[in-house]
Amino acid sequence: MRDLGYVETLEHAMLPLTVSGLRLSFGGKTVLDGLDLSLTATGVTVIMGPNGAGKSQFLKLLHGLIAPDAGQIDWNGTPATRATARQALVFQKPVLLRRSVAANLDFVLKARGKDRSRRDALLDHVGLSDKARQPARRLSGGEAQRLALARALALDPEVLLLDEPTASLDPGSVLAIEAIIRDARTRGVKVILVTHDPGQARRLADEVVFLHRGRVAEHSSAETFFDRPRSTVARDFLDGRIVV
Amino acid sequence: MQDFGEAFALAFGLVLSPTGDLAEIVGLSLRVSLTATVLACLLGLPLGALLATARFRGRGAVLVFVNALMGLPPVVVGLLVYLSLSRAGPLGFLGLLYTSTAMIVAQTVLITPIVAALSRQILEDLNDEYAEQFRALCLTRWQSVQALLWDGRYALLTVALAGFGRAVAEVGAVMIVGGNIDHLTRVMTTAIALETSKGELALALALGMILMAIALGVNALVQSLRLSAERQAAHA
Repeated sequence: MRDLGYVETLEHAMLPLTVSGLRLSFGGKTVLDGLDLSLTATGVTVIMGPNGAGKSQFLKLLHGLIAPDAGQIDWNGTPATRATARQALVFQKPVLLRRSVAANLDFVLKARGKDRSRRDALLDHVGLSDKARQPARRLSGGEAQRLALARALALDPEVLLLDEPTASLDPGSVLAIEAIIRDARTRGVKVILVTHDPGQARRLADEVVFLHRGRVAEHSSAETFFDRPRSTVARDFLDGRIVV
Repeated sequence: MQDFGEAFALAFGLVLSPTGDLAEIVGLSLRVSLTATVLACLLGLPLGALLATARFRGRGAVLVFVNALMGLPPVVVGLLVYLSLSRAGPLGFLGLLYTSTAMIVAQTVLITPIVAALSRQILEDLNDEYAEQFRALCLTRWQSVQALLWDGRYALLTVALAGFGRAVAEVGAVMIVGGNIDHLTRVMTTAIALETSKGELALALALGMILMAIALGVNALVQSLRLSAERQAAHA
């Protein structure tokens, strides 16, 4: 396995994650309504749920980007707002700087005081070595997302938060991104992935958290979730019924 | 007064084979306005970036104030700088009145708000796009500002150009603080005003043509730099 410089231990310093009584509202609409959750396992935790369940906002809360109206997020004794630097968040639509692919990585490596010689290894890892000098804004959707993942991995995250990283991408790009996620998991990075795609969840998840109406409707191992879902909403979702 | 035809002919002759006086006036104009533009960018760009990224009480009032300063009348700026630099003024001990340095100061004061206000708008739009990503990457404010300035560099070049255009074309401020002294503080605009009042249209027209040519040349240069940089980026 090529050395990318990030954590390779399964003894995870940021777990357990304990979320209690989390509430969040926007414009009078309740997004999260007293959400409680505890994550102890390493590996990939997939967060699923219908549109408007609060999945993306939950990731931003975990990353300390927004503050909840009420409730607590505790990363093994550290509040979310002070845990940001130890995590990386990849948005559904990556925001890339108006410069070359390589310069995008150079910028973040320099800004965060990381070893800049790792750039080529990171580009190679996400399959973008041949695009290094190309303007990042001209990458395809899949390539842009792989660059965003390389940028996230450049931060040596202990936790990788991914908000629908393969939404609207072609199958080839989905495969490439899932391979990068699996590799990160193997290296000991805790992955929390939001996805709408049950197929992707089956391929990647070690455990699944199903959100519905701002609360955890089900939290179980991937095997249990897909074979014997306990909640009605999760069962309906997996059966292809419309869940609101 | 010469007739217009003769004046134009003389003016073209002067432009094609400039005298020492003409070259001196053009040289001083460029030196004063380019220096003022550089200084205004050094002051105005960080100020614009700060206003674009910072959120503080009274920010709205500060934005209104900076935007209002864009319309500062040059003669008022000239008067204020004159009062500051005159012997009785707070900076009188520097002895700068009626020097090219005083003209640079006046033009810097005049165009810094233009650079700050226009760059603030450009950088704020860019920051709206980048801000969440920057916070997710745990960047400091200074790192964010650096990234915004670099990524907005082509648009900011246009801002610098607008500042230069305003500086090189203004007459009121440099007339008051420079005094339009021959071989010392005479620049194109003050020379045009003087020669026109004397009825010496040839020199005034020649200077006007050069001023127009400089405006066009600078615009063309900036445009070609921008296109060449974008082309280079596309084929890199």
